[in-house]
Amino acid sequence: MDLVMQYLVTGLTVGSIYALMAIGFVTIYNITGILNFAQGEFAMIGALSCVSFVNLGLPMFAAIPAAIILTAIIGFAVERTVIFPVRNRSVITLIVITIGVSTFIKGLGLIIWGTSPRTLQPVMKMGPIQLLGAVINPQSLFIFLTVLLLLAVLYVFFDKTFIGSALRASEKNPRAASLMGINTSSMSALAFTLAAALGAIAGIMIAPLTDATYEMGFLIGLKGFVAMVIGGVNNISGAVVGGLLLGVIEAFSGGFISTFYSDAIAFGVLLLMLFFKPTGLFSKATGERV
Amino acid sequence: MLYVQGLSTHIGKIQILHSIDLHVHQGEIVSIIGANGAGKSTLLNTLAGLYFPSTGKVTLEGEVISGLPAHKVVRKGLSLVPEGRQIFSNLTVKENLLLGMYSRYYKEKNQAKDHIEMILDMFPSLKKHIDNLGGNLSGGEQQMLAIGRGLMSKPKIILLDEPSMGLAPKIVNEILEILMRIKKEMGTMIILVEQNVKAALKVADRVYVMEQGNIALHGTPEEISMNPQVKSAYLGIKMTS
Ligand SMILES: Nc1ncnc2c1ncn2[C@@H]1O[C@H](COP(=O)(O)OP(=O)(O)O)[C@@H](O)[C@H]1O
Ligand SMILES: [Mg+2]
Repeated sequence: MDLVMQYLVTGLTVGSIYALMAIGFVTIYNITGILNFAQGEFAMIGALSCVSFVNLGLPMFAAIPAAIILTAIIGFAVERTVIFPVRNRSVITLIVITIGVSTFIKGLGLIIWGTSPRTLQPVMKMGPIQLLGAVINPQSLFIFLTVLLLLAVLYVFFDKTFIGSALRASEKNPRAASLMGINTSSMSALAFTLAAALGAIAGIMIAPLTDATYEMGFLIGLKGFVAMVIGGVNNISGAVVGGLLLGVIEAFSGGFISTFYSDAIAFGVLLLMLFFKPTGLFSKATGERV
Repeated sequence: MLYVQGLSTHIGKIQILHSIDLHVHQGEIVSIIGANGAGKSTLLNTLAGLYFPSTGKVTLEGEVISGLPAHKVVRKGLSLVPEGRQIFSNLTVKENLLLGMYSRYYKEKNQAKDHIEMILDMFPSLKKHIDNLGGNLSGGEQQMLAIGRGLMSKPKIILLDEPSMGLAPKIVNEILEILMRIKKEMGTMIILVEQNVKAALKVADRVYVMEQGNIALHGTPEEISMNPQVKSAYLGIKMTS
């Protein structure tokens, strides 16, 4: 029982990070129609630039926002320089371009940070605490609570603010949105900026658990992608549940089978979903609401 | 005053509109009728900036608006209520209305509430649905919402693309009455595109007939309804030889 609790906590922690990645995918996809294969690279930049800011002497509470803002600016720049000029081309072209962007950023990461893994100190430095029979790493708790808070903020932003309603309108019907006076291309820039910031947060959160390298974007990007596929491409609540579910599946399979296979299991889940329910588990249940 | 001179539109390589000339005076309702595929929607979409014209010029109150993208055309005072209503089904009625004034929202935020009240007075059936999702409204209510949303930007001219489509005659009449009120109370110029020719002739001050991307006829509703071609083609009246 304790073990089950333990796996559940671990799963939810990692899963909440995947959820952030998945929200990044969903936001860009719904506003631009693009599957952004550079999403994982935003996590890499977030994590490694945070390490660098710490090494430069910034305290953690300043290094984290600095890294998030830097990554958000890069997300914005990617949209303006690479996506925006070719926005009228086919979606396939745009997706291939994001693969190119991903490769480019990864190369840049290699040049700047080299191949050796970097470690990011956890924010919470106290020892593990006992909760409901599980031994909880305070860092895990910190991650989980931060993501919950972030989800609440995102909910308010998307559902309760005027600009959030403009984003949802642009997702649903860009043509009609433009008739309202909404510059849908600036919504696309906003989507990339937001997704990059979310990616950075995910990278910063996961770095103390797994170490950060210039290559880390692939795996975390893949996990976020699978979470999105589980939840259905067009809703944020689905992405959250998909992320948590994937995290839990991984934790349990890692615990009861072998951690060696946990990434293969993520792939397996992806293939199963694509074969049997390509629209996602929640595409019906949660309707069109984001 | 809206002036359209020599407006042509290509979609891909195909020319859809052929040098359209048209104008709307202050305080006028102008109807455009014509068969399916005549180019009515393409004309309205071009005026609204969804398509860029290949030639020609559009001015609104003396200001050139052709060549601007849709989100800038609204700011110049032209609002399109598109074919098929196109309301945001995932947003509430209130959110739909507020987005209608997106172009002035940040400047006139404190007037937003009054403005919504005014629109709701014009479309009382929307009141009880104000917090419901747009997608849950009936067809008639969605059309009311689409028109209300189009008015939220306080346009100088509003274009309506087949507002009667799929609606019961009683609701069509309600919409026609609302158009008369918009004209009288707000002084907004109106272009009404309709397949429902009787409805279009009823409220119009002037009528244009479109055929294959051209303006084929132009006149008062009386002149147009007396025209033998219109009688046989659109009003279902057989010509007696
Ligand atoms: N997106 C499009 N791509 C290609 N052809 C189009 C497109 N939209 C309209 N057309 C063509 O333009 C012509 C006019 O269409 P439209 O403006 O919708 O007519 P109406 O509104 O009068 O029924 C039609 O022949 C139609 O097939
Ligand atoms: Mg049409």
